[in-house]
Amino acid sequence: MTTTDTYTGGDVRLTGISKSYGSFTAVQPLDLTVPQGSFFALLGASGCGKTTTLRMIAGLEDPTTGTVHLGDRDVTDLPPYKRPVNTVFQSYALFPHLDIFENIAFGLRRRGLKSVKKQVGEMLELVQLGDKARHRPHQLSGGQQQRVAVARALINHPQVLLLDEPLGALDLKLRRQMQLELKRIQTEVGITFVHVTHDQEEAMTMADTVAVMNGGRVEQLGAPAELYEHPRTTFVANFLGTSNLIPAEVAGTGSEVVVTAGGGKLRLPGERCPAGARPGGRLLVGIRPEKITLSHADDAGAVPDGRNRITGRITDSSFIGVSTQYTVDGPAGTGLQVYEQNIERDPRLVPGAEVVLHWNPAHTFGLDADQDIAAGTEQETAAGAGSGAGPGAATGPGRNTAGPGQDIAGAERAEDSP
Amino acid sequence: MNPRNATGPKDPNDPKDPKSPGKPAGLLGAAVRRLRRDLVVLAGLLTLAYLILPNVVVMVFSFNKPNGRFNYSWQRFSTDAWQDPCGVADLCGSLGLSLQIAAWATVGATVLGTMIAFALVRYRFRARGAINSLIFLPMAMPEVVMAASLLTLFLNMGARLGFWTVLIAHIMFCLSFVVTAVKARVMSMDPRLEEAARDLYAGPVQTFLRVTLPIAAPGIAAGALLAFALSFDDFIITNFNAGSTVTFPMFVWGSAQRGTPVQINVIGTAMFVLAVLVVVAGQLVAARRKRTAATR
Repeated sequence: MTTTDTYTGGDVRLTGISKSYGSFTAVQPLDLTVPQGSFFALLGASGCGKTTTLRMIAGLEDPTTGTVHLGDRDVTDLPPYKRPVNTVFQSYALFPHLDIFENIAFGLRRRGLKSVKKQVGEMLELVQLGDKARHRPHQLSGGQQQRVAVARALINHPQVLLLDEPLGALDLKLRRQMQLELKRIQTEVGITFVHVTHDQEEAMTMADTVAVMNGGRVEQLGAPAELYEHPRTTFVANFLGTSNLIPAEVAGTGSEVVVTAGGGKLRLPGERCPAGARPGGRLLVGIRPEKITLSHADDAGAVPDGRNRITGRITDSSFIGVSTQYTVDGPAGTGLQVYEQNIERDPRLVPGAEVVLHWNPAHTFGLDADQDIAAGTEQETAAGAGSGAGPGAATGPGRNTAGPGQDIAGAERAEDSP
Repeated sequence: MNPRNATGPKDPNDPKDPKSPGKPAGLLGAAVRRLRRDLVVLAGLLTLAYLILPNVVVMVFSFNKPNGRFNYSWQRFSTDAWQDPCGVADLCGSLGLSLQIAAWATVGATVLGTMIAFALVRYRFRARGAINSLIFLPMAMPEVVMAASLLTLFLNMGARLGFWTVLIAHIMFCLSFVVTAVKARVMSMDPRLEEAARDLYAGPVQTFLRVTLPIAAPGIAAGALLAFALSFDDFIITNFNAGSTVTFPMFVWGSAQRGTPVQINVIGTAMFVLAVLVVVAGQLVAARRKRTAATR
């Protein structure tokens, strides 16, 4: 197996790859290129096909159609043990009958290396487990097991490291710590990381590029900030953070699109609208909760001109510490979310108060109105749980539930391959 | 706040107060408390005694020197039988035969049973459900019935009764026990472990030898031990299908008609002690491994 040693460099290229189990299609035909050396995240709810995609790169799953290339080499028909790719499994899959040293040395030994002591020692140091070499996996904590799993994969210097929800089993604090740790290791070794996760915060924290998957398709691909600021589908808008989506009618187009919603006019930049928008057509107007400023109705006159504004009444407020989250019902929509920084809290902003929501039109985005407005929210994900995801598939923070500083603790870890 | 403490520290119903009048006082009270605490241990020890008593009787009477041909009443201590365990005609021959059959039956049943267990857990095929339940049939069927039907089968096939018919019969009824033991182990095995091995450059053979087999080993060993024990002491099926061959259980049965030599107790005791030693050795090895893993 010398080929795995001498092979260097290259992108991961998936071409027209798909996977079906009988009549069920786990992954729709998909083209994806992961640039060499990047930290790439596949993000999506359970059952969206992200793990199946990862397993096809690893060779643990045969694609129904399409090819997998590593650099210029077609590895589609290679078994997993001949691919220069290693995986960190969700359950770690440490060998229970071997100690930590032998677990880490496993890959080297299978490739016929005799003196593994130095390399294993270095790897143990990298993951700070030097004193645990002769322990068995079950004697380690979850975080330590996770680090062993990373070391066991990395010691082989794979061309690509695949991570299948590796942090799912850890508690919140440890998960944050390991996110930074993994990011540090990736920067240090420069190996391409492909990371599968259902945690949108994790994906945005760690990855250079995020591919949001839904129903076996890539919905959108880009840098985290790009995805967050310019979602192109309702699923991305709702799954990545929280969005207020307001159904509206297009009144005028051009470099600035004017729409009417709930009797008022809203403006948004033309380049942030779907191409087909024309007067009389329908549009979903989106705005992130933290971009909205909340003013009491008595101060409506003080709102600067040129800002988008809608009226409503506060139905609920919750104090989060760093911010306060308000739920507002108005003629334009119900259940609108607004996050206000707790700098100067207006004591009049309590449930029942009449308010004005206003924001910079440049922060508004437009989405095609033919989509499910609730796609990617928690309710929608839970409702779709019958199609493969288990109970408690509340993966993305829903429109009305989560925001900055909150987390989806205890999010389910069910596998998304059937 | 515990409402019982609301009346203050002198509450007469406070269970922590040793002089509480609600409890039986003095020695009797102490005995009752102690009994209540150790009831489970006591019951366990009594059950163990119940289990071991027959073995103790066998062991004690292996040092007897009976007056007549029957070793049923204690006469006086002697080590005669221990010094000459093969002193009875045909005893050691039948013992050797039984050990041989048990060894081969163990090998056959363990290999076949392990393969069946893996097939049943890992693969989906047409008759899987049926086989899964049919595998229990030899366990559930009365042994006499199975013995008689096996004899009918062998006779109809024109097979000569002897070593081979006994071995075939033993492998057959040991199989279901091995399958059950191995299946339980394989089912609890994470299939990701084998995927991890394949991901870490182990081919199919290496994956099986380095990961699958070592992890399934405890189940396979349990199945093998069970098979050996079942085969070694089987009487009914063997008696029907042995023809003129005589295994150790058949020898014991046969001699019981005419008188029981003390040597039978000697062999029984030796087997028992050997089994206990194996178990103790296993426990010691496991304990040491645990200790070294913890301190290293």
